[in-house]
Amino acid sequence: MNTKVRIAGVELKNPVMTASGTFGSGMEYGEFVDLNRLGAVVTKGVANVPWPGNPTPRIAETYGGMLNAIGLQNPGIDVFLERDLPFLSQFDTRIIVNVCGKSVEDYLEVTEKLAGSPADLLEINVSCPNVKEGAIAFGQNAQCLFDITSRIKKKAKQPIIMKLSPNVTDIAEMARAAEAGGADAISLINTITGMKIDIHRRRFALANRTGGLSGPAIKPVAVRMVYQASEAVGIPVIGMGGIATAEDALEFILAGASAVAVGAMNFVNPYATVEVAEGIESYMKQYGIQDIGELVGAVRE
Amino acid sequence: MKDQKKKTTARVAANREIAPGIYDMRLETDLAGCARAGQFIGIYPADKSTLLPRPISICGADRERGQLRIVFRIAGKGTEEFSAYREGDEVKILGILGNGFPTAEAAGKSVILLGGGIGIPPLVLLAKELREQGCAVTVIAGYRDDQLFLKEDLEKYAQVYIATEDGSAGVKGNVLTVMEEKALRADLLMACGPMPMLRAVKGCSETKGIRAYISLEERMACGVGACLGCVCRTHKTDSHSHVKNARICTDGPVFDAADVDL
Repeated sequence: MNTKVRIAGVELKNPVMTASGTFGSGMEYGEFVDLNRLGAVVTKGVANVPWPGNPTPRIAETYGGMLNAIGLQNPGIDVFLERDLPFLSQFDTRIIVNVCGKSVEDYLEVTEKLAGSPADLLEINVSCPNVKEGAIAFGQNAQCLFDITSRIKKKAKQPIIMKLSPNVTDIAEMARAAEAGGADAISLINTITGMKIDIHRRRFALANRTGGLSGPAIKPVAVRMVYQASEAVGIPVIGMGGIATAEDALEFILAGASAVAVGAMNFVNPYATVEVAEGIESYMKQYGIQDIGELVGAVRE
Repeated sequence: MKDQKKKTTARVAANREIAPGIYDMRLETDLAGCARAGQFIGIYPADKSTLLPRPISICGADRERGQLRIVFRIAGKGTEEFSAYREGDEVKILGILGNGFPTAEAAGKSVILLGGGIGIPPLVLLAKELREQGCAVTVIAGYRDDQLFLKEDLEKYAQVYIATEDGSAGVKGNVLTVMEEKALRADLLMACGPMPMLRAVKGCSETKGIRAYISLEERMACGVGACLGCVCRTHKTDSHSHVKNARICTDGPVFDAADVDL
């Protein structure tokens, strides 16, 4: 039975990875799960310099989901190269570094500094809804997405994954723009912009007013968008959005995802990533699937 | 030594209302063996419309019986669910979380513990641990009214003064009113309570030149330091992001008041 998948020429032992921002650089959840069991660890977004993030409260729970407005707090690429990458390099898992920036130059600086590093793939964050400059501004207009993708692709030594926002009218158009710009893969969905109001205090629940919705509540939207995006492009698609179980992950795979990521559900079940990987194997045994590739996009009318 | 964190199933050994809306729950779990004062656990509601563990401070840890004691107030849908738990119910918990109070540093010193409302429960375990360290322990507990939950528990380990907002018991006012009126002095202050109280404790610590350790609270998601949801402004560079935003769940919840910006 083969659970290995390839993303832009990089082989992952299984299709299960972590969603950026929910798993740090693996140090914290490494106390709960064996990182060697994961196809890849996708790191929290890292910028060229440290970012302090947003004021608190940054978190609000909603029905079947949660809003976050962290604002990409991160230590910057220099600390990341010295501390986080050496930590992750100890494990037999692929390293995907999520790159964020306020300007194209910020993204390029981080991308260039990662050139000689052990990072296997770069995931370019053009979809964070919680920062005022950069990020989602590049990911909500097809021309902007094409431009930033092509500029980063020219400099990047590793294959690049463009992480797409669901906060767009036509996800297929955005997927095609990323592919046309030279993306080696796309990942989706990032969080859906939302809001919660505390009716007793008559205030926004989050200091940032809006936040990104994640968790099981968004899964059907995510599956639909992964399906539409994978129909639109020939490059691999990495699917995420509310995955809690292997059954959830398999929906994304059948919709067209070559790999999947567990995000907010790590907070609910710190063992979710490994349980999803094991559950996919059980499903393959149950249905006599020899190669996971047989399941990718295998949904029928 | 670094504690091993895990998500595990605990069995409710007892749960009763000790004041209106305040519950005293005992949980059977092997996590009781490594809990220290000022640390907390995350409790997951069974209601599937909720996701996140509710951070609740540890009021007591009985190592021999393998029981954790928590005392919480109904503050929303999760804690409302917990309030209905009965002996024998099972609950998923995440722990042990947070750094705890620096009791070793307090050894042999005189310490005043200040607690406000639902910030009082962790002071029970703290007073016990400080007594074991040979400290002279005074507790000032601030309540809304004469529902003086945990007063007898505190009196086992400390001299206890009471403040109430409505003046129905002890001194009318807050915990700092008591400190002034009784002219209480100590080598160290340790506090847990609402933010206005903690700001006042920080101010008092600066004025009197007494070091204060305060336990902070914030909306949390992961509880283990990964999501960066529950940060507080610090004067020193934080260890994780180097941006003076420390993680309350892992770098805290207990901080030297001089190090944080409230």
